[in-house]
Amino acid sequence: MEPISEQQFEQGAEALTVPQAIANLSHDDLSLRYYAAWWLGKFGSLPEVSLAERRVAVDALLEALEDESDRTELGGYPLRRNAARALGKFSDRRAVPSLVGCLNCSDFYVREAAAQSLGMLGDVSCIAPLIRLLNGGVDAAQFVPGRPHLTQPYEAVIEALGMLCAGQAAELIRPFVNHAVARVQYAATRAMYQLTQEAEYAERLVQALRGGDVQLRRTALSDLGAIGYVPAAEAIATSATENSFKLFALKGLLERQVQMDASDELSERAMQVMSLMDTLL
Amino acid sequence: MFTFCHASIVCFQALSSLLTAVTTISLTELILAIEQADSPVALISAVRALSAARSPDAIPMLIRVLGFNNPGAAVAAVDGLVQLGEEAVEPLLEQLDGYNYGARAYAIRALAAIADPRALGVLLEAAETDFAPSVRRAATKGLGFLDWHKLPDEAITHGQAAALKSLLYISHDPDWALRYAAVVGLQALASRNDSAELVRVVLNRLGELLQLEVDAATRARVRFAQRSLHIWSDRLLAASR
Repeated sequence: MEPISEQQFEQGAEALTVPQAIANLSHDDLSLRYYAAWWLGKFGSLPEVSLAERRVAVDALLEALEDESDRTELGGYPLRRNAARALGKFSDRRAVPSLVGCLNCSDFYVREAAAQSLGMLGDVSCIAPLIRLLNGGVDAAQFVPGRPHLTQPYEAVIEALGMLCAGQAAELIRPFVNHAVARVQYAATRAMYQLTQEAEYAERLVQALRGGDVQLRRTALSDLGAIGYVPAAEAIATSATENSFKLFALKGLLERQVQMDASDELSERAMQVMSLMDTLL
Repeated sequence: MFTFCHASIVCFQALSSLLTAVTTISLTELILAIEQADSPVALISAVRALSAARSPDAIPMLIRVLGFNNPGAAVAAVDGLVQLGEEAVEPLLEQLDGYNYGARAYAIRALAAIADPRALGVLLEAAETDFAPSVRRAATKGLGFLDWHKLPDEAITHGQAAALKSLLYISHDPDWALRYAAVVGLQALASRNDSAELVRVVLNRLGELLQLEVDAATRARVRFAQRSLHIWSDRLLAASR
């Protein structure tokens, strides 16, 4: 097993150019539109793509957020999901108002993708609308009967609020640390660490690295990477998951450490993290 | 996984040689235990026991385990293959799994850790062209750590030049993790030979990377490599005076 990127790399054998992908977003073949939206998120947002092309790609993806033609049997909007996910990668805040609009979409997965992307774009104007999705607290956070998901994308919303340093959301998020669903627990734990910097939250995630479910160990790894909790370096390197996941998590720690070091001199801790990363290549 | 695993393997070896002495567990039984393992945990222990037997006859089974999609068992099998060293090289090269990239990544890691230069051709190809990033990373790092002295003198310069060319090429890859692996490989390659010219070429490329690198983690690794290599190249210069 590899992180998502490698699996998608296998599937996404077809190479496109940015203009082709943009054109495909309005192609008659719905599957080509869907693939083009994914492709733009993955490759169209890379720094080597010109600023002008990236802007045009964002315009086209914003249009795809309004799509009505690609519907699932249950009324979902596959193209909108991919477009909302892709828009998080472009660092283009023009997408914020439309993504905030998506938080009210009837499709759970569109709301989830929008919350994730809003967390990445870092614009604090979306904090209030994100907080509204937590209305009703833990009691309202139940499974939708017959569906594999909760009433709202709690995991994505809580993670986004953590990334946005939304201190005003801390009291709302705290009870989710004990939510029945482990992934929601981890999201809340990770956000609480970001909002309070209290080590006990990060240490809970370190404990989770020893859990019995490999999927949850991977989630805890990526959470520790996202918060850059450097004391977890050894525990990450020795956890029972694939090297790729551990390498990516340690990268998050290294980035945080280098940021904290400020000076151009490498710190002992930074070098220790790199030595661990070297063993995982 | 490493310090912990190595410690537990040493323990396990002691335990297992004791067991072998007392109950004379045969290799056939150790192999059978792997085939009959009914849980991921049982599989990992069975593979550790086979690895600890340090028998060349265990090689085919240890290679098979790399493709079982159980990371703990695969790591134990890699440890066993690495301990067997040179003997495992030919079988690993011959049985490289063309379909299962997970298995291939572990096999390449084993080859990289054994560091036998007979793997050079396979590592070059895997590092430059494999479709799976995990395989490319393992091979890229491996190119830097080969034990060149196992080659005849006249082949060393040629082999190192090929590894250097490949690592320089990969240091331009769009994937940060591959650039990171290339920096690790370049540092190792430069600090494992006494050619001041090769060290100079590597230091030049690291200097360029420091200017161009956008990824903070990879930049940090470039600085780490520069730091280690400057110490090395000062020593080389001092020795040549």
